Amino acid sequence: MPTMFDRIWDRHVVTTLGDGWDLLWLDRILLHDLSGGRALREVAERGLRVAEPSRVFATPDHAVSSAPGRTASTFPRGAQLLDSLRRNCAEQGVRLFDLGTRENGIVHVVAPEQGIVLPGVTLACGDSHTCTNGGVGAVAFGIGSSELTQALATNCLPQRRPGTFRIRFEGSRAPGVTAKDMILHAIGRFGAAAGTGMALEFAGSAVRAMSLEERLTLCNLSIEMGARVGMVAPDNTTFQYLAGRPFAPTGALWDRAMADWRTLPSDPDARFTRDEAIPMTEVAPQITWGTSPEQVAPITGTVPTPEQARSPAEAEAWRAALDYMGLQPGQKLEGTKVDWVFIGSCTNSRIEDLRAAAAVLAGRKRAGHVTAWVVPGSEEVKAQAEAEGLHRLFLDAGFEWREPGCALCVAANGESVPPGARAVSTSNRNFVGRQGTGARTHLASPATAARSALEGAITDPRA
Amino acid sequence: MTPFSSVTGPAAPLLAANVDTDVIIPIQALVGTGKDGLGEQAFARLRYRSDGTENPEFLLNQKSWRGTPILLAGENFGCGSSREGAVWALMGMGVRCVIAPSFGDIFHANCFQNGLLPVRLPMDAIRRIAALSGANGLTTVDLERGVVIAPDGEAIPFQVDPRKREALLEGLDDISLTLRHAEAIAAFRDRAQTERPWQ
Repeated sequence: MPTMFDRIWDRHVVTTLGDGWDLLWLDRILLHDLSGGRALREVAERGLRVAEPSRVFATPDHAVSSAPGRTASTFPRGAQLLDSLRRNCAEQGVRLFDLGTRENGIVHVVAPEQGIVLPGVTLACGDSHTCTNGGVGAVAFGIGSSELTQALATNCLPQRRPGTFRIRFEGSRAPGVTAKDMILHAIGRFGAAAGTGMALEFAGSAVRAMSLEERLTLCNLSIEMGARVGMVAPDNTTFQYLAGRPFAPTGALWDRAMADWRTLPSDPDARFTRDEAIPMTEVAPQITWGTSPEQVAPITGTVPTPEQARSPAEAEAWRAALDYMGLQPGQKLEGTKVDWVFIGSCTNSRIEDLRAAAAVLAGRKRAGHVTAWVVPGSEEVKAQAEAEGLHRLFLDAGFEWREPGCALCVAANGESVPPGARAVSTSNRNFVGRQGTGARTHLASPATAARSALEGAITDPRA
Repeated sequence: MTPFSSVTGPAAPLLAANVDTDVIIPIQALVGTGKDGLGEQAFARLRYRSDGTENPEFLLNQKSWRGTPILLAGENFGCGSSREGAVWALMGMGVRCVIAPSFGDIFHANCFQNGLLPVRLPMDAIRRIAALSGANGLTTVDLERGVVIAPDGEAIPFQVDPRKREALLEGLDDISLTLRHAEAIAAFRDRAQTERPWQ
């Protein structure tokens, strides 16, 4: 009666190390420009080689400009990191999806899109949003730089098995409710630390009905609930998505793989450390009001008052968040003036996200005071969107159509939201200073972000 | 890795919940530079005013706490990004131990890779220590004995994963330990390749 997570974990235990520790085999390792070059260099400095270079994939995304027509040198500090990544990948025989090539993009957009991450695999990357990749039914988790060096040198990591936490979304989605709204709702309900030490599995009829890209969005925010791993069981939706992707198996191997993948889902009587259900009737479009993803409300709702907090410490945290965000306790969220809109990031930059945002535009223009950016998640997404003419719709609405990368989600590439400016962003973190010093971030879905750009204020996309 | 046995100092009470790694070290400090000098950038957005001068209201700029090796923190300290620079920055400003009710998982793992000891204690014990802390109220964290000695002498036991405890005490890192299993790794690799070649 194992859970899917435990089944996959068990398959990857090289040996047990005692005290609850396992030496875990890694099927895939992903690298990006911020830490990849250094990790590869550290392996070499220890007199070692990358143990399994064919399992390692690198793509620059964090510190690259998203300006139209950018090159590596557009952001010079990032160019040094990219240069280091290039040199070290070449020395170690690691595949690099270099800037400007068709495979380049945000690492967690690229891995599913290229069929690099598959059901049942273990995958590690020096980035906390590696949990995104669990949307195909993989055990994918973020690690720090030291663990990354170890992973490259040994293709294994000593890990303690986390507990399991299943969240079932039951029922059908109301119109206008997206995967982003569902996961923000769950974080608001359970808290930003509820998944600490846990692997999340998202299940239930509303998840089964989701597209693969929506499942990636759902899993992306697992880490915002504290969980390093988020997963959705693979099914026909998964197989249809992966079939024919460049690094997915083909022919007889595909058939064998698919037969194996069908055995992965949690047994009906599987026991989870924690198991919760969320009725879909309770889930409305969401937007964050504070500086933690757990500080979230329905878009038709109001900013809470500190008196509603569950403890004096929480009241204090809310006061600090409202002060930073420039919001009044009890004020309505709708109608709050917005200065910036960012559509992008490993959360919401895939083709379906761009279609959803474009569908809201309806031939209208952004409000004159709003700066609105669309940053596609990858070159593939960008090319697909341009083939569909979506870029034209964004440009006609006064949005900037930019080059793939993390861009304003992490502001590590010289781009940022100005101090004091209020942004509606489709990204994953509303932390203090995340999008730039003093920047005020409201996390929401692509439809909410696009609609808010048109109105120049936080707006319910259903209105 | 820097070994850890025990530290003593005035434990600084930075008790807000959900202090994330973006707050501990802004990402801009980690683009194109090494580990050196990150201590200057730790908590930069809280520690400095917009003109670059120190913000005297920030706890760790105050005389009682400046340079302390021990931080007292709230729930979910170090949540968010996987950036190991958060640990390097804390160590760069002299912090060797953070005491909190809970930690972000990746931050927690990163601490052990560098010789920063994360100690889990209940929030009420942390508040008790905070109330007694100051220039004349020193706290000791003793990893060998597994106790925090509060300023009033109360000994509060804590649990650390035995594997991590040993590694910290001896300053061992995981690569050499893992490579001891080279044969098992090779055998696993061959078996996995046969059983699931697509993986």
